[in-house]
Amino acid sequence: MSEHTYTPQSKFGKWFNDRLPLLSLASHLTDYPTPKNLNYWWTFGGILTFCLLSQMITGLVLAMHYVAHADMAFSSIEHIMRDVNYGWLIRYIHSNGASMFFLAVYIHIFRSLFYGSYKSPREIIWILGMLIYLLMMATAFMGYVLPWGQMSFWGATVITNLFSAIPLVGESITTWLWGGYAVDNPTLTRFFSLHYFFPFLILGLVILHIWALHVPGNNNPIGIDVEKPSKDTVPFHPYITIKDLFALLIFLIIFSGFIFFAPNILGHSDNYIEANPLVTPKHIVPEWYLLPFYAILRSVPDKLGGVVLLFGSIFILMALPWLDSSKVRSSIFRPLNRIFFWILIVNVLALGYVGAMPAEGLYLLIARVGTAYYFAHFLIILPVLSRIEKTQPLPLSITDPVLTGK
Amino acid sequence: MEKSGKKSDRRDFLFTATYTVGAVGIGATIWPFIDQMNPDNSVKALATTEVDISQIQPGKSITVLWRGKPVFIKRRTETEISEAQSVNLEELKHPEKDADRVKKPEWLVMMGICSHLGCVPLSDKGEYKGWFCPCHGSHYDTSGRIRKGPAPTNMEIPKYVFVDENTIKIG
Ligand code: HEM
Ligand code: FES
Repeated sequence: MSEHTYTPQSKFGKWFNDRLPLLSLASHLTDYPTPKNLNYWWTFGGILTFCLLSQMITGLVLAMHYVAHADMAFSSIEHIMRDVNYGWLIRYIHSNGASMFFLAVYIHIFRSLFYGSYKSPREIIWILGMLIYLLMMATAFMGYVLPWGQMSFWGATVITNLFSAIPLVGESITTWLWGGYAVDNPTLTRFFSLHYFFPFLILGLVILHIWALHVPGNNNPIGIDVEKPSKDTVPFHPYITIKDLFALLIFLIIFSGFIFFAPNILGHSDNYIEANPLVTPKHIVPEWYLLPFYAILRSVPDKLGGVVLLFGSIFILMALPWLDSSKVRSSIFRPLNRIFFWILIVNVLALGYVGAMPAEGLYLLIARVGTAYYFAHFLIILPVLSRIEKTQPLPLSITDPVLTGK
Repeated sequence: MEKSGKKSDRRDFLFTATYTVGAVGIGATIWPFIDQMNPDNSVKALATTEVDISQIQPGKSITVLWRGKPVFIKRRTETEISEAQSVNLEELKHPEKDADRVKKPEWLVMMGICSHLGCVPLSDKGEYKGWFCPCHGSHYDTSGRIRKGPAPTNMEIPKYVFVDENTIKIG
């Protein structure tokens, strides 16, 4: 955090702030100089903070009524839906909230990709973000197991079995994860415990993420360094707070649309059938936000190979600041990167689509091409492109193109 | 300077000893927190199941639960047995003779768990008329051996004994 010369007005405020500088922190947050050209893609950080708090509060309430036991979990969910006052509402906010959380995080990540927000000096912000994303996936996966429906059970079986691909110790790791010889009650109870705890870890990482953000300050749509504070910046409050709140309202309207009009559209009907270890559903699919990774897993006809690519596809993103060596951040001034950015988006959406389809015929072919392209994008295209691309000239300041009418 | 050199030797020793004891202590403290997640005594206690097989007709199979996992008990027909026995081992991804997978050729007792990611395969399905796993498309033959698809190995054979003509004890 930048040095602060804030002194509270009141005598008590000064006394308190000298002992615990909370008022200095509040003043830093309100005055925090923000580039004045931030567009609506920058409002998703605030939306994500809202999502995290919303999940934690609804989750806390659900945990008051939920029973984490293989014999009772499924009926306790029905109890929440039918008996608990507003239980249906709270459960639907939590289940759809997870989807909205991922929707927001994907927009947030692709915003960073387009505007080069992962580049120096923001690499640590980016890596903390990826860690948050990994924890989000783990938390959502374990949460989906809790209702103990068919998809819960078989999703948990397939995902935990991924670890059995590890040579030599794989079997012991899965047994250790399960606390038995298959997914069963011990698995359910530990998943509940961890599902409750992980969001607190996420909260801690979010604080570090924002702290790291406040060192260099925000990136911006044209990606140039701005002097802070200057005529290129505005104070966070009220300019950004009001803009973030407006975006949050729009987001909440869409969110409410799901909760009140289509609460189950993103879920799978098989999860309203109680878990049965003897029968696997015909067609197992993960939640929509994990589909591209599922497509990558299934595209490889080899167990270990599939698992390696699955984890590789996520970890490769951590190396992104070093794979892309272009000095120019924003893709507005990178004509080639701009094109490949959109191809990557189409590729990821296509992978998501085939991830939901059976792994055969044309779908399998698309999944293989898509997987190959995904890795080629990060390992070949980006490193080469960032060296040969002829970028367009950057403006000297944010105000500059406006004043010169460019 | 000899004296101070000696002194620092003694310090180095004390530091190393302290670090070592500290590391061992931390390791010994962490271990119970890790090991508590392994199968507990009540889970390990449920280790055997007895099954009555007198009602199973040739060509049919039943599925029983053992240690939370399905076990297929299949009474194979003559054609299924000869198919399983006549396969050229060179063709197999995980070569195993059918004779090594059964105690009596008529009875195939096998974990009903796909060796890929643990789904329960469907019986009498797939290109080899044994089992087919719908999760990611693995095909097994009438001996439960992997023939096609992402699964790396044959379906596992649990420990079992024929207690008498009509009873199998698994585990
Ligand atoms: C719980 C999840 C997350 C929360 C609450 C969160 C919160 C925030 C907030 C409030 C900001 C500042 C406003 C903004 O630029 O949008 C921010 C910036 C940023 N986030 Fe996140 N974030 C989360 C996850 C992620 C993930 C998963 C990534 C990517 C891997 C990521 C990458 C970034 C980057 C690179 C910035 C700097 C952006 C800039 O100023 O250009 N974040 N985050
Ligand atoms: S679990 Fe059977 S093919 Fe994947």
